[in-house]
Amino acid sequence: MAFQVTKSDDVTVVAVEGQLIVGNRQELKQTVLEELENGERKFVVDFDQTGYIDSSGLGVLVSLSKKIREKGGELRLASLNEDLRTLFELTKLDTLFKIADSRAEALQGL
Amino acid sequence: MKTELVLELPNDVRSISHAVDYVMQRCSACCEHARKLDLNFRVGLTEALSNAMLYGNAGDSAKRVRVEILVAGSEITARVTDEGAGFDPDQVPDPTTPQNVVKSGGRGIFLMRALLDEVTFNDQGNSVTLVLRLEGGDTPDEVTGEAQA
Repeated sequence: MAFQVTKSDDVTVVAVEGQLIVGNRQELKQTVLEELENGERKFVVDFDQTGYIDSSGLGVLVSLSKKIREKGGELRLASLNEDLRTLFELTKLDTLFKIADSRAEALQGL
Repeated sequence: MKTELVLELPNDVRSISHAVDYVMQRCSACCEHARKLDLNFRVGLTEALSNAMLYGNAGDSAKRVRVEILVAGSEITARVTDEGAGFDPDQVPDPTTPQNVVKSGGRGIFLMRALLDEVTFNDQGNSVTLVLRLEGGDTPDEVTGEAQA
């Protein structure tokens, strides 16, 4: 599992490959916070290649979203499969995040 | 409970993914209900292991977590036991309320209860038993074997 960071104009896109779970959540957190410290403010986390997110992974997204908002930025999520959407809906985190069907949709208007 | 698969895991969250993949592989070989198994059971087992290691054993690397899996008929049971003092699961707040949904933690037990057919804790609160019932009444073969992780 790995996190691939790319730039699309002024948006930082982080693709999560594999799983976002308790064992690697800190790696994502550190990756995004470093970009935030470097002045980046617009973020998309792309789950197109993600099989599973656990509650620790959900928690780190909540934490990052809060930190990004505190800096005046925005975090959007993209490409959640049906199972991942179910987890967001059950936990009502779908009310907290802007979730796009695709990376391209997430980038629109950001 | 007749145990068909037993794992003794080190108290290391990096072992969770490997352990869950192993259990899922053993279970999926005999169960056709892939989505309910892949989502519901995977979530429940992962959360139970995370709770056991992070909170039950409080990150103590000297402690271990025991996992017992039984597949019998259309029912899969997982018991996860840590070496901690235990806790009261009824004191865990609802993470979906407006004041709690913005918090970074507290969703593990909620997800277990939402996705599994039964979630019960022992009196001490250091062992949780998860039950998943597969729909359709098909009878998967039993998972057998014992492994040490």
